[in-house]
Amino acid sequence: MQTDTHQPEQFRTELHDWLSDNCPQEMRDGGSGESAICWGGKRWEFTSQAQKTWLSRMAAKGLTTPTWPKAYGGAGLSRAQEKVFTVEMAAINARSPLQSFGIWMLGPALLKFGTEEQKQTYLPPITRGEVRWCQGYSEPGAGSDLASVQTRAEDMGDHYLINGQKIWTSYADQADWIFALVRTDREASKHTGISFILIDMASAGVTTRPIRLISGASVFCETFFDNVKVPKENVVGEVNKGWDIAKYLLTHEREMISGGAQGLTGGRALGAVLAESAGEGGLTDATLRAEAMACEVDALAVDLTLERYKDQAEAGRGVGDASAMLKYMGTELNKRRHELLMSVGGSDALEWDGDHGNLPADWLRTKANSIEGGTSEVMLSILSRRVLGLPG
Amino acid sequence: MMQNLLRTEEETMLADAARGFLDKAAPVSALRELRDTNQSYDRGLWKQMAEMGWTGVLVPEAQGGADMGHAAACVLAGELGKTLVASPFLSSAVIAATALRQVSDDRALRALAAIADGTATYALAIDESAKFNPASTAMTATKVGNGFRLDGKKTFVVDGGLADRLLVLARTGDDDALTLFDIPSDRAGISRTRQSMIDSRDAANVDFDAVKATGDDILGELDDAMSVLRPAIEAGQAALAAEMSGLATGAFGMTVGYLKERQQFGVPIGSFQALQHRAAHLWCEIEVTASAIANAGRMLDQDPDNATLAVSLAKARATSTAKLAVSEGVQMHGGIGMTDAFDIGFYMKRARVAAEWLGDYSYHAEQVARLRGF
Repeated sequence: MQTDTHQPEQFRTELHDWLSDNCPQEMRDGGSGESAICWGGKRWEFTSQAQKTWLSRMAAKGLTTPTWPKAYGGAGLSRAQEKVFTVEMAAINARSPLQSFGIWMLGPALLKFGTEEQKQTYLPPITRGEVRWCQGYSEPGAGSDLASVQTRAEDMGDHYLINGQKIWTSYADQADWIFALVRTDREASKHTGISFILIDMASAGVTTRPIRLISGASVFCETFFDNVKVPKENVVGEVNKGWDIAKYLLTHEREMISGGAQGLTGGRALGAVLAESAGEGGLTDATLRAEAMACEVDALAVDLTLERYKDQAEAGRGVGDASAMLKYMGTELNKRRHELLMSVGGSDALEWDGDHGNLPADWLRTKANSIEGGTSEVMLSILSRRVLGLPG
Repeated sequence: MMQNLLRTEEETMLADAARGFLDKAAPVSALRELRDTNQSYDRGLWKQMAEMGWTGVLVPEAQGGADMGHAAACVLAGELGKTLVASPFLSSAVIAATALRQVSDDRALRALAAIADGTATYALAIDESAKFNPASTAMTATKVGNGFRLDGKKTFVVDGGLADRLLVLARTGDDDALTLFDIPSDRAGISRTRQSMIDSRDAANVDFDAVKATGDDILGELDDAMSVLRPAIEAGQAALAAEMSGLATGAFGMTVGYLKERQQFGVPIGSFQALQHRAAHLWCEIEVTASAIANAGRMLDQDPDNATLAVSLAKARATSTAKLAVSEGVQMHGGIGMTDAFDIGFYMKRARVAAEWLGDYSYHAEQVARLRGF
């Protein structure tokens, strides 16, 4: 484990004291569900004064983005200090002050590929929760084959003109800006004609439309670009080299999924949850019980693998492409788990917003787990080529 | 569960050294030769394992052992599993050593020293029917004067055909009154019949007909076998799971190698997505099982009284993963995988025997369910 030699105990004490003085009581409920999230942005309406206070205090200390450099609004923490920060936040059950695609995705991309001016312009508002970002990757014709994106950015001399359609853009209807993959060279081979560009959602010609899923209302949108003007300096990295950034972010995303996941067993045994759903007498159906046992065995082992990979990352050895394994195994297991919950619930589990909460909506929603962020089949292809070295 | 699931530097060195040695001294061809000459294991190899400190991996240093702990024992078992090395390592160095360590009398310490220097081998005589179920033990140890008379039959006594000593579980009263005896295998009244097992290794049916035992033959306390036996069985289950995990890795390595080299339709068959995805899925299962094995080793070393969940999780996962690895292994090898001339069949047979020994998948999944509140 990497340890910080610069007065680690003093850092812990100061952080501990600051958090206990500054975290409002209402923000100490450990809330992590959608209703407890602060997404920020120009249109954000704080759910309470405490949420607003908590965000502004944490942002002022750079602690909404603890590991980002101080120059861009972060706290400049080392990996070891970040661990202390996580522990101290958990110790008071503090809510995360701010979450966003800006923090998770765009920030890391700009820190690695952006110009100094881009970092100065875009990163500080993210850390303060002033600008909310969404991600424009997939298109109707570019799902698993993401590199075949067709949304065009035409070079008009002093600006680009964007035309096309993105899909599965989470929260596009509430976002202020979008980072998108667009085609800047239609003659080049598909991986080499793509650029990574930043677009103001308030620009003329941008429209969004929410998508209704089989599970009901969703955060996903379709986003349309109709002759949208974008300044040329909004391209991140080199023109036509956007695929490198996309690849970097996809790997980063999977590693983050594997590093930040709550775990499949979530403290409560599947059996206990099932027994509760089954009502009095518990889970007596022998077939379901056997399935549940097997599911629990696998879930515990996948959770341990999550732990092992975290240990490995902390030891300074990234897991790289093997993170595709956690994405594949975790999402497939989650689907199994929800199938079991539905079977145990029987006809009681078939009503929208029934006595068991929104069990059917949750069940239906899990079907997307093995599609979004790279399908299970794409994960298996990544593993077979990059880990097993099988011929492409 | 336990915090750090990574191998220590010491464990990594142990694994590397073991692999280097075993690839030369005990490749799969060595098992084939043992089978073809009707032998269960190579005593010369066992002597070398003793010289390298492996037989004493769980024996205290004062008794000549290396005392490296259960995680290290699992590392060794995993390397033994990769090339299907036949030896009484699990029965003697893991199960018997762990049982003897629960009892620190002079006799137990001498026995530990004999395990460490390779001069004594043990077998655990526990099963009486086709499924592992120690609680249903019917074999009796009846009190006669100052001693006992042992009567009954044990089956699937792994390493029992050649072992110098037997750990025998017998009933000394009603309900939970079970007692563990440590007796020489050549004592009067004991008859052993070698079983011709599919994995070509040593296992025996052992009959006890009015076998005399004394209080000195009891390991631990009368009517309380489990405080000695439970840790020993759990250590054995974890190491067996590690062996099976190694076995799965070995079979997988052969299979992926074959996918890259075998040509059909003018291309390597590993270029077909139908096989790629199956191979990648198998790799995922092996990787996940490795975490459960690492966790079981750590738990046995750091919190042995609460290791049951971790151990059963490891054995359950290892059983299903090894089964998948050998089934996929034979299928992906195609016709050649069915031939005796090819090694993958040895992996399949050992996986089946190991699946049953010390509790099958259902037994361990049930343990997990019970401990997780089902």
